[in-house]
Amino acid sequence: MKTDIILAGVGGQGILSLAAVIGEAALADGLYMKQAEVHGMSQRGGDVQSHLRISDRPVASDLIPLGQADLIISLEPMEALRYLPYLQKDGWVVTHSEPFENIPNYPEISEVMKVYETLPHKVILNVEQIAKELGTPRSGNIVLLGAASLYLPIDFSKLENGIRRIFGKKGEDVVAMNLKALQAGKKIGNRTIFT
Amino acid sequence: MKKQLLLGDEAIAQAAIDAGLSGVYSYPGTPSTEITEYIQSSSLARERKIVSRWCSNEKTAVETALGMSYAGKRVISCMKHVGLNVAADAFMNTAMSGVNGGMIIVSADDPSMHSSQNEQDNRVYGNFALLPVFEPSNQQEAYDMVYEGFELSERWGYPILLRITTRMAHSRSGVQTREVQPQNPMHIDSNEPSRYILLPVNARRRYKALLAKQDEFRMASENSTYNRLFLEHRAPLGIVACGIAFNYLQENYPDGFKHPVLKISQYPLPKKQLMQLADSCEAILVLEDGFPVVEEQLKGYLGLGLNVRGRLDGSLPRDGELTPDNVRKALGMEVVSPFSAPAILVNRPPALCAGCGHRDVYQALNDVLKEYPGAQVFSDIGCYTLGALPPFRAIHSCIDMGASITMAKGAAEAGVFPSIAVIGDSTFTHSGMTGLLDCVNANANVLIIISDNETTGMTGGQDSAATGRIHAICQGIGVEPGHLHGIVPLKKNYEEMKAIIRKEIDYPGVSVIVPCRECIQTHARKVKLNRR
Ligand SMILES: Cc1ncc(C[n+]2csc(CCOP(=O)(O)OP(=O)(O)O)c2C)c(N)n1
Ligand code: SF4
Repeated sequence: MKTDIILAGVGGQGILSLAAVIGEAALADGLYMKQAEVHGMSQRGGDVQSHLRISDRPVASDLIPLGQADLIISLEPMEALRYLPYLQKDGWVVTHSEPFENIPNYPEISEVMKVYETLPHKVILNVEQIAKELGTPRSGNIVLLGAASLYLPIDFSKLENGIRRIFGKKGEDVVAMNLKALQAGKKIGNRTIFT
Repeated sequence: MKKQLLLGDEAIAQAAIDAGLSGVYSYPGTPSTEITEYIQSSSLARERKIVSRWCSNEKTAVETALGMSYAGKRVISCMKHVGLNVAADAFMNTAMSGVNGGMIIVSADDPSMHSSQNEQDNRVYGNFALLPVFEPSNQQEAYDMVYEGFELSERWGYPILLRITTRMAHSRSGVQTREVQPQNPMHIDSNEPSRYILLPVNARRRYKALLAKQDEFRMASENSTYNRLFLEHRAPLGIVACGIAFNYLQENYPDGFKHPVLKISQYPLPKKQLMQLADSCEAILVLEDGFPVVEEQLKGYLGLGLNVRGRLDGSLPRDGELTPDNVRKALGMEVVSPFSAPAILVNRPPALCAGCGHRDVYQALNDVLKEYPGAQVFSDIGCYTLGALPPFRAIHSCIDMGASITMAKGAAEAGVFPSIAVIGDSTFTHSGMTGLLDCVNANANVLIIISDNETTGMTGGQDSAATGRIHAICQGIGVEPGHLHGIVPLKKNYEEMKAIIRKEIDYPGVSVIVPCRECIQTHARKVKLNRR
């Protein structure tokens, strides 16, 4: 068993804490993992990505080879597409639907969505909206994780524990809020597949 | 002990703490910063009173580290690759004096220049200084090398260079930690005290000693568990894989290598194993992240000996980092991508944060400079370098830390008017102060803007050595008080800022303007910390 995941987004969107939750959960599950992150310059509003590799055997490369990712989880619709060359033919893209436009030449969103139409396996959700409706507007990234959890090789309860560990320092409220967001994401992810 | 999920940088930090570290002396720089930050926030480090404050620059860091080693204690100094240029004088001469307490210098190189102005490979510095270099292939090795490295350094009496690259620094994996060792007591080495006095008479002796040590360093590499020869599979092509290149090689042979392979993670090169490898095959492919350092050594300048492949013959790209994919191609295997990147993709370059004080500075400067078509703006390294990009396009240079002030002086002396420097506060105390003294002594016609955000912003908001001191430093260096101004870079102060800039451009001598407003990211982080 081996799962290769690319996490994508824009600097400051919360990609790294999303990666940290999955990482914690995988390690607690006794799995091997490597997770390459981007720190530094691009965190100032540039594109950021993280390569996350989980396996029941030791993982060699810190980077995912082209054409091998099982999953792209993205907080921004165009950013997910940047990593398509990494996706394997049966791979899934799970993305937030709303563009983050901090550049003057962002393409028309309809053009972006046209690319999605050509992809066989995708889940496109407005996770910010869902988070807002939940009353936890800043946990969009965890809603996304909930939706993506259906494609992860990790027990949902382990992800919940990962949230407890990663956000524990920030207090019980923050943990509860993120657990709620995770649940909501899972539910909506489920529904999206069958409709 | 249980496995911890650690970045390569954090594994290095944890190993140093566990090995009885007494001090870390560093200057921030991607991808090395997290090593020192980890020690700063470690409760064990606090308990053990490990000294961990940031230094003004990499040179002061390495020299201070040498002082701690002189006094018998274990010490580490961490920097990005270009930081070692700044510390090179100290580094090269530490190889001459040798050390007392174990000393490790960490160079975090950045091939592909994710956050850097060049992609120099500091294994070259290891060769240059004739010192042993360690290059871990994974986080566990990084931990083990540092944990054992202090003792090796003490046994040899020389510092060790640990070379990592971005993917090692910023990738997380499970790491098994070891027993915490006691710290060294202070002890001055009475063995050969004159070795720290590098007068020619002593230096000549020390150089001979260093040369005599080379065989021992080489034998250590040959006996090192970090260097491994795999000869189970015979094939015409043998492979040398250095540091993390070994992972990319393994990735492409999940069920075992089909070639003879030599993994190298400790230098100088293990000659014995290289000879064995060369004897077992017809050609050697060298996989190394960074420069073709090993490839060049094996090939020789004229390339008349071994058939060596790698970055020099096009088997791998000459520049940029290694990936599992370019390694795969070099191995003659196909890379298959079912999906391609769509044509609508556009780049998303980093930008100054909304509300950043540097924005207000550039806005005012750009407005004034419309009146001065000959203006040249020499800038420096930090968040404010992003002023090069639209919408500002406000600067003409960014070379190395401190170069803004000195380049502005040189250009002014060549006739450029107005000649303007824009530098950050941390960069100013890193390497700008001496250039300012040159300006004052020459009464150069320059305007220097020290855009003070009271932090080291670009690398994530570390304390800046300059905070609260810039005016005093400038006055002390001799800037005329009438031509030294402070202002808060906010919209409401635009007109005042513009008036000062205009007045000081027209003043034919050294002027310094210090717009000062805290970085909003650092401010937000402090607020969060206080709330907790
Ligand atoms: C010799 C060297 N050391 C370290 C770095 C890494 N570095 C790049 S920008 C920067 C921070 C500059 O801080 P400051 O001048 O205060 O500007 P700010 O980013 O806060 O605007 C550092 C440490 C470098 N590029 N070169
Ligand atoms: S991190 Fe601070 S200094 Fe850098 S761009 Fe953002 S606000 Fe400005």
